[in-house]
Amino acid sequence: MTPSRNTLPFWLSAPSLLLTMAFVALPLVMTLSLSLYPYDLTTGIGDGMTLTNYRDIVIDEYFHAIFARTFGMAMLVTVICILIGLPEAYVLSRLSSRWRSVSLVIVLGPLLISVVVRTLGWAVLLGNEGILNNALRAIGIIDEPIRLMFTFTGTVVALVHVLVPFMVLAIWASLQKLDPATEHAAESLGANQITILRRIVFPQVIPGVLSGSLIVFALSASAFATPAIIGGRRLKVVPTTIYDEFLGSLNWPLGAALAVTLLVIVLTCSLAMNRFVEWRYRQVFQ
Amino acid sequence: MTRTPRALLVFHISFACFMLAPLVVVALVSMTDKGYVALPFDGASLRWYRAILHAPDFIDAFWRSIGLAATAATIATLVAIPAGIAIAWHRFPGRDVVLGLLLSPLMVPHVVLGISLLRFLTQIGASSTLWGLAVAHTVIVLPYVLRLIIAGATGFDRSLAQAGYSLGASAWTVFLRIELPLILPGVAGGWLIAFINSFDELTMSVFVASATTETLPVKMYNHIAHTIDPLVASISTVLIVMTLILMVILDRFYGLDRILAGKSK
Repeated sequence: MTPSRNTLPFWLSAPSLLLTMAFVALPLVMTLSLSLYPYDLTTGIGDGMTLTNYRDIVIDEYFHAIFARTFGMAMLVTVICILIGLPEAYVLSRLSSRWRSVSLVIVLGPLLISVVVRTLGWAVLLGNEGILNNALRAIGIIDEPIRLMFTFTGTVVALVHVLVPFMVLAIWASLQKLDPATEHAAESLGANQITILRRIVFPQVIPGVLSGSLIVFALSASAFATPAIIGGRRLKVVPTTIYDEFLGSLNWPLGAALAVTLLVIVLTCSLAMNRFVEWRYRQVFQ
Repeated sequence: MTRTPRALLVFHISFACFMLAPLVVVALVSMTDKGYVALPFDGASLRWYRAILHAPDFIDAFWRSIGLAATAATIATLVAIPAGIAIAWHRFPGRDVVLGLLLSPLMVPHVVLGISLLRFLTQIGASSTLWGLAVAHTVIVLPYVLRLIIAGATGFDRSLAQAGYSLGASAWTVFLRIELPLILPGVAGGWLIAFINSFDELTMSVFVASATTETLPVKMYNHIAHTIDPLVASISTVLIVMTLILMVILDRFYGLDRILAGKSK
C-alpha cells in the first residue's frame, strides 16, 4: 500500500469529523465555559471564573428535588418498560408472520410519530375533564376526577408510552439471535414452558434488556416535551428547568451549569452500564 | 413450537391498546364540531380540517420542516458516505476514535445540544437563521445515517471491487459503478431515518429556532403549551395518517423493524 492510500480514510472521514467538531464538540466546550461565569440579576453575565453556579446546584434544596425527581422518574420508567417490554417482545417473536407485521406497526410505529403528537394524546386522555376520568366516572368507579395531568403518575405513564418501543426493539433484536434449537433441546429433555423461559430464553435476552434500559433511562432523564406538557410548571425536571433558565429567567450560566451536570450524570450512567455489559458478557461478544 | 398461552395474548392486546389509545383519541377529538376538546361530542364535522387551511403559520411551519429535514438528511448522507466507507472498509490507526467521535452526539441529551448550539450560533451571528438550524439538524442526524451506512457497507463482498480494478477500472469508476450501487440500500435507509428524525425533532429546535424559523413540532409545542384545541388535534391526525402511509411503504421495501433499529440510539 502506498502512503497516500494510508491517509485516504482520514480524508474520507474529514468532512463528518469537521462538522461534528465544529457544531457539537466546540459548542459543548463553550457551554462548559459559560457555566463558569458569574451571573447577577441586575448586571447579567459577569466577568471572571467561578464555581458559584455549581455550588448553588449542590447546596440548594430546590435543585436537589428536581434532580431526584428527574432520575427517580427515569429509573421508574425504565423498570416499567422492562416489565412490559419483555413479555411484549416475547409475544411478538411467537406470532405468525402476518400478525407479527401488524403488531410491529402498532408497537413500533409510534416511534415514527412526533413526541408532541403522542404527548398531546396523553394530555387529552389524562385531563380532569379528560377521557379517562369521564369514562371512569360514567361507569361509577370513581366519584371525583383523579388528578393525572400535572402529576408524577401522569408523566410516567406518558413517558413509558413514548419510550417503551425502544425497549421492545432492543429485546426483540436479541430474541432474533436466539437459536430455536436450544428451546427444542430443553423441551425434549422434559423442561416445561416456565423452565424453558427462565433457564434458556431469559438469560440470553439480558444483553437486550440492558441495552434497552440504557436507551430508555438516558432518553427519559433528558426528555423535554412530555414532562413539559404533562408535568407542567409544577412538576419540574432538569430539562424543563434548563429551558426556564435559558428562555425564561435568562440566567444562562446557571442553565449551562445544569446542562453540564445533566450531561455528566447521563454519560456516567451510560458508560458505567456499557462497561458492565462488556465485562459481564465478554464471552458473548468474542 | 407450542401455542402461545392465552394470558400472553391478552397482555399483547392490552399492550396494543395502550400504544394506540393516545393516537386514536387525538383522531377522535379532531372530528368534533365544537370549539373545544371534549369526548364524547354530539356532532361530528370536518371543520377543524378546513381550519388547517386557514392557519397559514402552521402550513408554513410544515413546509419549513419538510425542507429542513430534506436538507439536513441530504448533507448528513453526503458526508456520512465517505466516512462510513472509511470506517467499514479501512483499518487505520485511530479508527475507533473517529467512529466514537462521530457517534458521540447520540450520547448527548438534546436539551444540552440545544442550549450549546443556541449560544454558539448567537456568537457566530447565525442565530435565528434557517441555515444555522439546518446545520444543527445535520449534526444530530449524522450518527443515524452513519450507522446504517456502516452496517450496509460491512456485509459487502470486497472481491467485486477487486474484480473491477483487475479489469482496468479507475478507483472512481469502481466507486461509482460497483461500490455505490451496492451500499445504496444502506444509504437510502440512512437518508430516510435522518429525514424522519429531523422532521420530528423538538427538544433541540425549541432552543435554536426563532419565531421566524419555527419548525412544525416547535410551533405545535408552543401552541399546546398555551392551549389544547381541536386544531392541533386535526394537524396531529394529518401527521399520523402521513406517517402511517410512510410506514406501509417502508414495510414493503425494508421491513419496519430494520428501519426502526436505525432509529434507536
